[in-house]
Amino acid sequence: MHMADALLSPGVGGAMWAASGAAIAYSTKKIKDGLDDKKVPLMGVLGAFIFAAQMINFTIPGTGSSGHLGGGMILAVLLGPHAAFLVMASVLLVQALFFADGGLLALGCNMFNLGFFPAFIAYPFIYRPIAGAVRSSGRITAGSIVSVLLGLQLGAFFVVLETVFSGVSELPFRSFVLMMQPIHLAIGLVEGLVTAAVLNFIHKAEPLLLDGGIAQRGVPGFRKIIIGLLLVTTVTAGVLSWFASKNPDGLEWAMFRVSGREELKNSGGSIHSFFEELQGKISFLPDYDFTSDKKGDEKDPHTIQKVESRSTVDGGRSLSGIMGGCITILLIFFIGFILKKKRK
Amino acid sequence: MAKIDSAFFNLGYLDRLSYLDTPVHRLDPRSKLITSLIFIFVIVSFHKYEISMLLPFMLFPVSIASLGEIPFAYLAKKIMIVAPFAVMVGIFNPVFDRGILMHIGDTGISGGWISFISIMLRFILTISAVFILISTTGFTGVCLALERMKVPKIFAVQLLFLYRYIFVLIEEVHSMMAARALRSFNGRGMGHKVAGGIIGHLLLRTIDRARRIHLAMHCRGFEGDIHIMRAMKFRPADALFIVAWSSAFLCFRFYDIPGIIGKVTGGMFR
Repeated sequence: MHMADALLSPGVGGAMWAASGAAIAYSTKKIKDGLDDKKVPLMGVLGAFIFAAQMINFTIPGTGSSGHLGGGMILAVLLGPHAAFLVMASVLLVQALFFADGGLLALGCNMFNLGFFPAFIAYPFIYRPIAGAVRSSGRITAGSIVSVLLGLQLGAFFVVLETVFSGVSELPFRSFVLMMQPIHLAIGLVEGLVTAAVLNFIHKAEPLLLDGGIAQRGVPGFRKIIIGLLLVTTVTAGVLSWFASKNPDGLEWAMFRVSGREELKNSGGSIHSFFEELQGKISFLPDYDFTSDKKGDEKDPHTIQKVESRSTVDGGRSLSGIMGGCITILLIFFIGFILKKKRK
Repeated sequence: MAKIDSAFFNLGYLDRLSYLDTPVHRLDPRSKLITSLIFIFVIVSFHKYEISMLLPFMLFPVSIASLGEIPFAYLAKKIMIVAPFAVMVGIFNPVFDRGILMHIGDTGISGGWISFISIMLRFILTISAVFILISTTGFTGVCLALERMKVPKIFAVQLLFLYRYIFVLIEEVHSMMAARALRSFNGRGMGHKVAGGIIGHLLLRTIDRARRIHLAMHCRGFEGDIHIMRAMKFRPADALFIVAWSSAFLCFRFYDIPGIIGKVTGGMFR
């Protein structure tokens, strides 16, 4: 799933852009250092290939629906992590521009979720150890299924984190996670199977191609990227959050986390009732209903303030607001109409 | 199959729009890219219950689309195609956020519905900004702008390659899919194994093609740069475009224009 601009806060969007931007800069530097400019046309054409391959759909066994390829892992195996990340980032850029999958601000998130995890995590740490130097079709199959699965799980989890941290959507952390991870487990399994089929085909037809990634031994300085990324991300998030959130999203999120965990742990029941009792006794903030299923969201202090300040707005004034809005829209389209007329 | 056709149509149509010659198209790609980014950033900086202050921002897509001769109906259709996603995520807001925020007459409207409408507005604004950017600038323009703005050259050059070959490869996939569909009875051969083989074949052909392209380009003196005839010049008009729109956005961000209009008109009727 692609992250969308409409659900992002500037802090989260900017931070993820900084992270992806740093990864792009790092990857290009690595490629430039080791290059052969032969790789650049190859990268571009493979990007177009991924794009086209995503359009080959196939039926998913047992269901009526059809799936398609994501492609990050194939790229990583063919090109190595750095080039694969760049190609995936470009595919996502094209998708954002032409099909509005996501948006320009969300592009940073999407590059990270769908590019960074397969290229820099799943490929070097899962696919390579499993598939190994002596490749057999069984090992390739196992490696690609497990690595695609994990890459997608991480990506999906980050979509959840980004959405919840942004705080535009009300989806609570716990239910969103419970929704996203299983769906992506299914998607990942199917994608892994296809990835395995493609890689096995290449293994039989032209095994040398698979060395593109393996020839580049090790992923040197991997720890450096992680630390760098973390630094950039925190700094940007910190700076941007000055401008960004006057609303209580962080607090809300923490509350969800707290209440979510409580409910997860106390499936036993006795602790649960204990906490409930305790809460009843010490409820000096009776409006904070931590254990209720609605997570006490609308009872958040800031929201209350907002509710009050808004609900003191008398009918007359909110009516004038709506009227003003309608007039604004009419004016804008009138301007558009005039401009269009003038062009002709 | 319909999906391929529509994807192809979309790419081709957007590409053709970008070759129009209007004042908007003549602007430097950089100025349009920067302005669009500022636009999106200002939009997402509103708090989640904002509706009325988002409305004036419609001025940007509407006037640029008019000046750039981008058909409104086409834009609306593109937005509708991607809308289900935003609706799917946004629709949970009314479920989880039930506090009453606003009254119109006697009916209370919950915060969830207000933030849902806000999400949809943001969605329309940000998506239309992207479509307008690409249809008035073209992908090549965006890539060149990126390169001038210090995005690594390798990244920009392979983006240009990618775009050029999408059209070729989509056509190839199209014929492969037709071949598969014609040989399939009762859904046989539509599973992931055959798809894997098809994708593998496509990959081999693609890599062969990339080799030939690279050789051919080497013969013609390719050294890692792609040269484009259309010169990019940052003129005063471009600076004016950025400054004027950015100040308009800031004005919309900090002054409640619809509120002021509403008050004035309300006062006139009283």
